[in-house]
Amino acid sequence: MPTPLVVSDVAKSFTMHLRDGIKLPVVAGVSFSIKAGECTVLGGPSGAGKSSILKMLYGNYAVDEGQIIVTHEDGLIDLARASPRTVLSVRRQTIGYVSQFLRTVPRVSALDVVAEPLVERGEEREAARAKARALLAQLNLPEKLWMLPPATFSGGEQQRVNIARGFITEHPILLLDEPTASLDATNRDVVIELIAAKKAAGVALLGIFHDHEVREAVADRVIDVTAFAPGKLAA
Amino acid sequence: MTDEPLLRVSALSKFYGSRVGCDNVSFDLWPGEVLAVVGESGSGKTTLLNCLSTRLLPSSGTASYRMRDGQFRELYRMSEAERRFLMRTDWGFVHQNPADGLRMTVSAGANVGERLMAVGDRHYGKIRATAVDWLSRVEIEEDRIDDEPRAFSGGMRQRLQIARNLVTGPRLVFMDEPTGGLDVSVQARLLDLLRGLVTDLGLAAIVVTHDLAVARLLSQRMMVMKDGRVVESGLTDRVLDDPRAPYTQLLVSSILQV
Repeated sequence: MPTPLVVSDVAKSFTMHLRDGIKLPVVAGVSFSIKAGECTVLGGPSGAGKSSILKMLYGNYAVDEGQIIVTHEDGLIDLARASPRTVLSVRRQTIGYVSQFLRTVPRVSALDVVAEPLVERGEEREAARAKARALLAQLNLPEKLWMLPPATFSGGEQQRVNIARGFITEHPILLLDEPTASLDATNRDVVIELIAAKKAAGVALLGIFHDHEVREAVADRVIDVTAFAPGKLAA
Repeated sequence: MTDEPLLRVSALSKFYGSRVGCDNVSFDLWPGEVLAVVGESGSGKTTLLNCLSTRLLPSSGTASYRMRDGQFRELYRMSEAERRFLMRTDWGFVHQNPADGLRMTVSAGANVGERLMAVGDRHYGKIRATAVDWLSRVEIEEDRIDDEPRAFSGGMRQRLQIARNLVTGPRLVFMDEPTGGLDVSVQARLLDLLRGLVTDLGLAAIVVTHDLAVARLLSQRMMVMKDGRVVESGLTDRVLDDPRAPYTQLLVSSILQV
């Protein structure tokens, strides 16, 4: 099986034009690859650039330098240079993402928020909803909430909706940005099970987990992001 | 999905005398894509929209549209009659002010039915049934079908305008500040409706808005305009979460948090 994702020499900085053009380097020389059926964890303190790396891999942040090669539709694509249309196609078919916070849409029910990625991939709405119900039940989200828009849900409830939305598809690559941050122990265990199932299905996972217990349970490999600190490159 | 764009725009410029309307704008739009054009008043976004929809003729540049037969046609070389036909059938235009896009003194049903007749429908019963269906899709009760839009609220008028535009099954819809001037709660309902319709019908759309939240909700791609020029473009969430151009950073940092 080909390596699903290879990152080489990626650098990222922010230029703050409203602050006299100060340049804030975030990471440099980021190089790693992830494997199918494994969960790779990005480690390091807050501010080391873990989330920024995930966001670059999802096309949500622009990449200054380097390549992000992803296996997509039987070909190889450099996400760092891909057109918006290609990035959208990669998101639909190849890379899934569970963000830290749920971005809610007015008037759309939790059930449809979860089912949406499947519908976008061409699945029948009712079949997608059935899968969404099963996942929400597995994540112990009370059934009375399913038909409500998640805007008014608690942090933990929103996060479970977000996790269900990320795990419902069969993307070969799944990025996880602290999916367990505001969950109780029971639901944390459910997420660990879900991750194990993805691994067994051959999905390549890349995640950030501050929760030690979860990290111990899911990580096959930890990449220390402090190695990609911009200052280190010169040394 | 096809591998050819629906609309190809190349180096489009419009000058009003020596004043710049829009300058050297190029992009491709694919079927099913929603492109948001954002910028402050006077940035040229409405001029661009009017040029693309052939309501205005550009000073230079080209735009070609892939017709239903698969052939690309140069928009500004078409005859007036051909452009009008395109506008009536394959395109929609949703104005900020519904009164500009509706006929205010004929019934809601006739507003929707008129577009159907323009594409050759003549069967009264069928037209009325389609009108009822479309009114319900935009959440207007069937018993309002014989009322004039004058008697509708702003939000209802806007929904009626959308029904009138979408009833012919257009492939490309232009929208100029579709939620401008509406209450926030009415806006949310309309946005949700538009989002659903665009997804279900696989429409391509170009939405001009100064509201970045509207752009985020409706579009996949975004162009930021200033002084008639495109200063930044890309995936909507990339432009909003990692703005690169000084002007985009200013726009994004000016959003009030609630």
